[in-house]
Amino acid sequence: MTTTPPEPDQTSSPDQPSRAVPLVTKPSPPAAAPPAAAPPQSGRFRVPTLARHLGVAVLAAVVLAIATTMIGDYRDYELAEIAAFVVAVAGLTVLIGLSGQISIGNGAFMAVGGYAAALLFVHLQWPLAAILLAATAAAALAGAIFGVAAARLRGPYLAGATLMLAVALPALSTQFQSVLGGDQGLGFYISVPGFLGINFSLSRWQAWFNCAVALLVLILLANLTRSRVGRNWRALRDDEVAASLAGLNVARLQIVAFIVSAACAGAGGVLLAVWIGTVSTSLFALGVSIQLLTAAVLGGLGSLVGAIWGSALLVIVPTFLANFATSHGMTQTTSSSVPILAYGVVLIAVMVGFPGGIQGALVRFFNLRRRRPADYHQEEKGST
Amino acid sequence: MIRSHQVRLGALASLAALSLLAAACSSSGGSSGGGSKGGGRTASDVGITPTTITIGSHQPLTGIAAPGYSEIAPAANAYFSYVNAHGGIFGRKIVYKYLNDQYNPTITSTVVHQLILQDKVFAIFNGLGTPTHLAVAQFINSEHVADVFVASGCECWNAPSTLPDTFGWQLDYVREGKILGKYIEQHFQGKKIGFFYQNDEFGQDGVKGLSYEIPKSQIVAKQSYDPTNIKIGPQVAALKAAGAQVVVSFTVPAFTALLKLNMLGLKFAPQLVVSDVGSDAITLAGLLASFAKNKTAGFGNSLTQGIITDSYLPSLGQASNSWITLFQGIYQQYLAKTIPAFDGNVLYGMSVGYTFVQAMFKAGKNPTRADLIAAINRGLSQAVAVAPFGYSSTDHNGITGAYIGTIKNGALVSDTGVFVTDDSATGAITADSTPQPAAPSTGIPSP
Amino acid sequence: MVEFLNFTLEGLSAGMIYAAIGLSLVLIWRGTRVLNYAQGAMAMFTSYLALLVINATGNYWLGFAVALASGLVIGAVVERVVIRQVTGKPPLNAVIVSIGLLIGIEGLAGLLFGSNNRSFPPAYSINGLSIGSVALGITWNDVFTAVAVLAAAGVFAVVFRYTTVGLRLRATAFSPAVARLLGVRVGRMLTLGWALAGLLGALAGMLVTPSTFLSPNSMDVIFVLGFTAAVIGGLESPAGAVAGGLILGVVLSYAGGYLNSQVVNLFGLAALLLVLMLRPNGLFSSAPARRV
Repeated sequence: MTTTPPEPDQTSSPDQPSRAVPLVTKPSPPAAAPPAAAPPQSGRFRVPTLARHLGVAVLAAVVLAIATTMIGDYRDYELAEIAAFVVAVAGLTVLIGLSGQISIGNGAFMAVGGYAAALLFVHLQWPLAAILLAATAAAALAGAIFGVAAARLRGPYLAGATLMLAVALPALSTQFQSVLGGDQGLGFYISVPGFLGINFSLSRWQAWFNCAVALLVLILLANLTRSRVGRNWRALRDDEVAASLAGLNVARLQIVAFIVSAACAGAGGVLLAVWIGTVSTSLFALGVSIQLLTAAVLGGLGSLVGAIWGSALLVIVPTFLANFATSHGMTQTTSSSVPILAYGVVLIAVMVGFPGGIQGALVRFFNLRRRRPADYHQEEKGST
Repeated sequence: MIRSHQVRLGALASLAALSLLAAACSSSGGSSGGGSKGGGRTASDVGITPTTITIGSHQPLTGIAAPGYSEIAPAANAYFSYVNAHGGIFGRKIVYKYLNDQYNPTITSTVVHQLILQDKVFAIFNGLGTPTHLAVAQFINSEHVADVFVASGCECWNAPSTLPDTFGWQLDYVREGKILGKYIEQHFQGKKIGFFYQNDEFGQDGVKGLSYEIPKSQIVAKQSYDPTNIKIGPQVAALKAAGAQVVVSFTVPAFTALLKLNMLGLKFAPQLVVSDVGSDAITLAGLLASFAKNKTAGFGNSLTQGIITDSYLPSLGQASNSWITLFQGIYQQYLAKTIPAFDGNVLYGMSVGYTFVQAMFKAGKNPTRADLIAAINRGLSQAVAVAPFGYSSTDHNGITGAYIGTIKNGALVSDTGVFVTDDSATGAITADSTPQPAAPSTGIPSP
Repeated sequence: MVEFLNFTLEGLSAGMIYAAIGLSLVLIWRGTRVLNYAQGAMAMFTSYLALLVINATGNYWLGFAVALASGLVIGAVVERVVIRQVTGKPPLNAVIVSIGLLIGIEGLAGLLFGSNNRSFPPAYSINGLSIGSVALGITWNDVFTAVAVLAAAGVFAVVFRYTTVGLRLRATAFSPAVARLLGVRVGRMLTLGWALAGLLGALAGMLVTPSTFLSPNSMDVIFVLGFTAAVIGGLESPAGAVAGGLILGVVLSYAGGYLNSQVVNLFGLAALLLVLMLRPNGLFSSAPARRV
């Protein structure tokens, strides 16, 4: 899936998909890299996509499982938070990077997932896996409803509608206070399952659960983006008119993309609830929606690995800056703003320095080192 | 279509890098030495060394809740600095590490986990906000860390069975509503009364307390506001249209000021009764100061004139009060450079800091977290607050009463004695005539 | 009846404020095809500068002038120093840069001015106007706000439609490449577009801040509503921004007055979606969306 403008991918035209999200309509830059050539296929064993993704995921799971035993409770806990955001950001990066739509309101779908999960937990005491599935379905349904309503919207109009969704939806929790708990929200206190023993740390269990779900979602998304639906999305993103002429059902594809991103946001909302042990409206305030967008773009739009980078940055940088400020005596009412200022500068610097996001920069870096441009384009397209 | 190894490498590299980063960072949080030196002081529990007591907090130093509230932690810290400079607590200095959560529960959760798991604090002190602290209260209790004197008047902190280590401090909003309601019921008999409240825990609890005392027949309108929407004109117009002669408002200071401005715009002049949270005379006067036609000095004060409110701390206007004198001095010494005025938030921060020092002295020379909890459960003697604390093993609420006063010439003047009550619908509201003890001459509670 | 009158007038005067922010977004969108999420933060910052001047000199209008001038300068500087760096990069990069600006400017304001709410003077009296014994619920300051916003919208519309500069700005936004071929100095036009939007934002800040008080985050919510107003009106049209602001203001006012405060934003969402379902490019969109 394409992210960085200078590097065209193969399915899309070499012309960059700048119109994809016309928040800014400027001419696309000329492709800097050579046009993608088909890499030599001979002499390489072809592994089925699903198997390959599964292999990567199993390996990642092993690494993570070992890591969680070494890094301590607090880092486990941070890992669980990153995993929760990875899920939501991955859905958003697919929506924007592949289908060419934008949402500044995915926090609202996180809220739907989180609240649905908490309701099932409080009233029906379902097992966690069932809660996750049902809450994800609820968020997908919400995404479908909104997607239908917003199917004709593009660019800034879609941005405006989703922004207002994120602002307005939390009000429901005070409107239906007896069910949704109002300001206090709903408790969602999970415990470590019995088979792990009573001394197993909760943070590690949270990290395990969230990372497992995140890996699962990444596998599903990686396969989805390489399926026909994924190709149709890219066609749609690159030229809506052409896609329509080619017989693609534009509205339906867009709604499906919205459903996928809402479902991911919903699952991310459940993981966030698992992580924090409660759901309340302030957990899903507008700022979260903005953070998701920021993480998706910083990581590298359209790239699932980028979603990991973006989420990690999202979680680690503010805490790091807050600690830095405190340990350097910046605790007065004025100097506590220094980390905020620094965070803003970091965002701008990354965007200016790495226009393709972190993943774009990394891919380009390794690509230059290995001098295998052709391979690199292959890479770009379906990076996990 | 063939894919290279690079994807896998990329994914693995990122995971590996993350783990490394995490591992590198995690090694920094070590445990403190446990040697005993200096007057038999030992490292009696996590966060306590022979020379220090480390406590932590989450505070909105920036963001939407920062106005006003960002002063509280520096004020508490100023009081701790004063204590540290005058012998500390049994010779130990308090190290107060408060981290900015921007009033965002996600960040609250991260910073509190860090404080407990990595920085190994002895207690979480005065964590600010209902939605923020609710996101961490369960975790703090599961780690058996003392969660003392939460900066929020939510009744939810009073749950000794489910949150045994959590204690509220300030007068809870239900009690406050009851005390204000009783006063209104007695002094505005037969008048039409309208409520204006923030649509969250704070406002709703306040209205609950008010409704226990004020006869239903007198209540003509209940209007609320959402703190993210500053356009409250329609709600104020609705209060006016309902003919309210007394408006009781459970608002934060900015919205008390907006309420007053909207009343001017509507030529609507009912008697205004405001909860303690939104009635700090200095803050209000500051917010309203610019609205005079020609920079009239004291204009802000003229707009706050006559507002009825309650308070559980001595009035800042009472310069002769020993507590105000003490805190004013500490403010001058430690805070005057960074915080422009000795206002209600500064008083709040120092008062809650004083209560913590009081509890620590009571917990003993080499306290554990359990000792601190037990000490508070045995009750704390009345000090900075005008009413006694209600702490016991079955009540974790905190201050139990307040007096009613009127803002006159920019300062709160008390009109009544102190009333104490509980937070039940039927609990009586009784006058409490015990005088508030004077501040100790050292400024530090005695062991 | 009086209640209805009050709600309507309150809604219209609030709507003027949303329109003011909406206008500055429309200007920047028409001039440069960027949605500037830092518009509110920039207006907050110029309001701080105005307050410094007003407090030092006691002269409101001097502060007013300083705010507008600094808005002009900040807009130009932001375009030259920051936005220019992401020109030609993927479109969302400019959005993230403007979000970075938003956070950075709020941090800077907190560092320089602290996070407490400051009182901010209105241009005219805030005592209510009345006809006979009926209080209208608006003030001379609200009237001034309405006049200023309508005048700004008018000037803006005239400049874009009838002047050479306006034509160049539109050409630049429509297609920088074509504009360049036609001899338009595109870079200069982009800077000018941001500068003018900065000025309009500063005006909005001066009009809004008395009713929000001034703090680093004081423009956040107003910005969201101003954005919504601009989208309702169609991002192409100054008249649309005003109409969008007024519609939004009145809808929110009725919802807040007749129903309750928690449904206010839901009604805002409903109004927005309703308009966009009927007209996907806003009320005043001139060109229909390209459809097949």
